[in-house]
Amino acid sequence: MSSITTIQRLRSSASTQRRFSIGVRLILAVILIVFSLFPILWVISASFNPTGSLATQTLIPQNAGLGNYRELLNSGEIPYWTWFGNSIKISTITSVIALAITTAAAYAFSRFRFRGRQTMLKGILLVNAFPALLALVATFLMISQFGDISPVIGLNSHVSLILVYLGTAMGINIWLMKGFLDTIPRDIDEAARVEGATDWQIFIQLILPLLRPILIVIGILNYITTYGEFVLARVLLKTTEQFTLMVGLQIFTQGQFQQRWGVFAAGALLGALPIMIIYLALQDQIVGGLTQGAVKG
Amino acid sequence: MTSIPSQDGRKAGATASISVLPRLVNFLILIALDAGVIWFLSRLVSLGYYPLAAAIFIILVFVNIVLLRQAARPIRWMVVGLALMGLFTIYPIFFTVWVSFTNYGEGHLITKEQATDQILRAKYLPETGRAYSWTAFRSPEGDYALWLMDADGNGYLALPDEPLTQPQPGEAGIGELDTKGIPETIEGYQRLNAILAATDRNLIEVLFGEAGKTIQVRSPSEAAELLPLYVYDPERDAMISQETGVSYQNIRGTFTSQNGTQLRPGFVESIQFTNFRDFFLSPALRGPLVRIILWNFAFAFFSLLLSFSLGLAIAIMFNDKFFPFKKLIRSLLIIPYTLPALITILIWRGMLNPELGVFDRVLESLFGWAPPWFTDQWWAKIAILIVNLWLSYPYFMLVCSGALQSISEDYYAAAKVDGANVWQQFRNITLPLLMVAVGPLLVASFTFNFNNFNLIFLFNQGNPPMAGTPTPAGHTDILISYVYNLAFTGSRGVNYGFASAITIVIFLIVSVITLFQFRYTNMWEEISENV
Repeated sequence: MSSITTIQRLRSSASTQRRFSIGVRLILAVILIVFSLFPILWVISASFNPTGSLATQTLIPQNAGLGNYRELLNSGEIPYWTWFGNSIKISTITSVIALAITTAAAYAFSRFRFRGRQTMLKGILLVNAFPALLALVATFLMISQFGDISPVIGLNSHVSLILVYLGTAMGINIWLMKGFLDTIPRDIDEAARVEGATDWQIFIQLILPLLRPILIVIGILNYITTYGEFVLARVLLKTTEQFTLMVGLQIFTQGQFQQRWGVFAAGALLGALPIMIIYLALQDQIVGGLTQGAVKG
Repeated sequence: MTSIPSQDGRKAGATASISVLPRLVNFLILIALDAGVIWFLSRLVSLGYYPLAAAIFIILVFVNIVLLRQAARPIRWMVVGLALMGLFTIYPIFFTVWVSFTNYGEGHLITKEQATDQILRAKYLPETGRAYSWTAFRSPEGDYALWLMDADGNGYLALPDEPLTQPQPGEAGIGELDTKGIPETIEGYQRLNAILAATDRNLIEVLFGEAGKTIQVRSPSEAAELLPLYVYDPERDAMISQETGVSYQNIRGTFTSQNGTQLRPGFVESIQFTNFRDFFLSPALRGPLVRIILWNFAFAFFSLLLSFSLGLAIAIMFNDKFFPFKKLIRSLLIIPYTLPALITILIWRGMLNPELGVFDRVLESLFGWAPPWFTDQWWAKIAILIVNLWLSYPYFMLVCSGALQSISEDYYAAAKVDGANVWQQFRNITLPLLMVAVGPLLVASFTFNFNNFNLIFLFNQGNPPMAGTPTPAGHTDILISYVYNLAFTGSRGVNYGFASAITIVIFLIVSVITLFQFRYTNMWEEISENV
C-alpha cells in the first residue's frame, strides 16, 4: 500500500520536474533565439527605415517604406542586378563543373584499383589542407601574367575566377563522395559489366542516379561557398560591372556606410535570401553532410 | 539497365570499324589541345614568365601521358580536376615558396632582362657629339627622312639605318634648296611643315643614321647624335655610365652606385633567406609580429572554445526526443549560419558602430557609457570574438546534436545503475564519445579561424593601428590579414617577397596542425579500411 503511493508520488514529482526543466529550457531557447535573430531583425527594420541612416534607426521603423529598395534597384547608381547575376552565373557554373569533377574522380577512386591510388587520395587531402587564401599573392600574379597573353583569362575576368575556384574542386569532398560510393555494392556494376556495359555506361546509367542525395548536398554546399566567397573575387575583379554581389556590397560599405545603411541593409537582405531559403529547405540533408565533414566557407 | 546488353549486342559486330574512328578523333583533339597549349607556352616564355611556363609544361606532359597510356586509364576520370588542381592550387604554393626567396615587390616587378633592356635604352648627348637643326620629310608609306643642318651650315640627308650623306641638289632626288639651305623637295617624300613635324608622334621614335652613331629628334629645334648612356658589364654585373664613368653595381636587384644612386627600374632577384631573416630577427618587424602571432593563436583558440561550448550546451539542452518545438527552435537558431559570412560581418560592423550603432546607443542611454569597439584594442578584440561566436556556434550546435544522437542510451543507463551523477556522466561518457566524432572538426575549425581573413578584414581591417611599426599593422590583425596588407595595400609599396615569406611560415604552422588532425582522427586508417 505505502509502496504504491511512494511510486505515484515519485512519478508525479518526476513529471513536475520534467515540466519545470522543459520550461526553463524553453526560456533559454527564447533568449538564444533573440541573440540569433536580433541582428537579422535589425537589418530587416533598417531596410524599411525611410531615413536610411544608421543613427536614426529604431527597431520598429516609423513610416516604414520601400524607399531603400527603390534606391537600391532603380537608381542606376548601384548595378545591383548585374552583381546578383554575376554571382548566380559564377556560382552555378563553378558548382556544376566542380560536382562533375568530384564525382568522376570519386568514382575512379572507389571502383578502380591502380598503382598510386592511395598516395593520390592522401595527396589530394594534404594539398587541400592548405587554405587557398594563403596562395593569394601567387594566384594574383599568375592571373595577371595570363592576362598579358589573353585578357579572357586575365584579371577582371569571370573565366579566370571560375578556373581558380575549380582548382579546389579536387578537394575534401572527393573523400565524402567516395565514402558514399563505397556503400553502393559493387555487385551491381559487376553484373552490368558481365552483360557488356562499359565503365562509362555503368557510371552514367547505374551509379549516378543512386548518388542523388549526396550530389545535392555537395552541390549546394559548393554553391553556397562560391556565392559567399569574397577574397579571391575582390582581388581578381577590378571593375564595377564585373563584381560579384559580395564584392559589390563590400565596396559599397567602404563609401558612406553610415548614411546609406538602409540601402546596404536592403541589398544584404535580398542577397542573403536565396541562400537562406535553400538552407532552411534542405537543412536535414545539409546537416547530414556537415557532420560527415563537408565544408562551408 | 536492360538497354545496355541490347545496345552492346548491336555494337558487337561493328566494333572493329567503329572503335578506330573515335580513337582517331580523340587523338586529333589531343593534338589540337597540345598545339594550343604550346603556343601559349611560347608566349609565356617570350614574356619571361618561366616558372609559370614550366608549371604548364609539366601539367601538359602529365595530361598527355594519362591520355595516351593504357595503364593510366583510371586517371583519365580525374585528369581535368588534377590539371586544374596542379595549376591553381599546387603551382601557387610552389610559386609562393619561390617568391619568398626574392625581392619581388614595389620597384622589383620585372625580370632582369626587361629591366636591363629599359636601362640600356637610355641615351645621352656626348660632348663630342654633334647637334643639328632638322627638317622632316615623310613618304606616303610612312617612312621618314631628315635634312640636318650643322652649326656651320652644312646640310646632310639622314635616313634610318643608313650612314649620313652630304648630297648636292639634283643628287639622290634632292630638289632645289630654299633660302635657309633646306631642299624644297626630296623625291618620294613630302616635306612636313614645322607644326606637323613637331606634333608627329612617330618621328621622335625613329633612329636615323647607322648603328652606333644614331641621330634622334630631341626637340622641335634639335636633332642630335645620341649614344647609349649605359653599357652592361656582365663580368662585374654592373652598369657603367658612359657619361660619367660611374659604375652601378647590382645590389639586391637594383643597379646602385657607390654613393647610393639607383637606376630604375629594379628587377626580381633571389635574395636567399633575407625575408625569413627579417621575419625572425629584424627588431623593427619583430615587435608587431610577435603581438600579431600571439593574438592570432588567442583569437583562434577563444573563438573555438566559445562557439564550441555554446554549441555543445545548446545541443545537450535540446537533446530530447520529445522536446516541444524542437525543429522550429533548431531552424531559428541556425539562421546566423545560413547567411553569407560577409553580410553578417558587415551587419555587425554597423550594429557596433560607436555613437550611431544600436548597441552603443542603448548602452549609452542606460549607463552613460559604451565600449569603444573600434578604437580600443581590447574592446576591438572582444567585439571580434562576440561576432565570431555568433557566426559559428550554430555549426557546432548542429554537429554536436548529430553526434549526441549517435551515443547509445545504454551507456547512460549503465552509468545511472553505477550511481554516476550528471556531471560524471558528461565527463566520462558524453565528452569522450563526442570527441571521437567532433574532434577532427574542432581541429579543422581551429585552422579555419587561424586564417579567418574575412572576419578581420571586413569587420575592422585589423584596426586600431599599432603605433610606430615599420609596416602598417593593427592590434586585431592576424597573420593572414597582415600578409594581405603587405602584398596588396602597402602604403610604402607592396612587398610580395616578404608577404610570401610570412605565408610560408603560416603554411608550416597550419600543416603541423593538420598533421596533428590526421593523426588524431586516424584519417589514413579510414582510407585504408575502404581500400
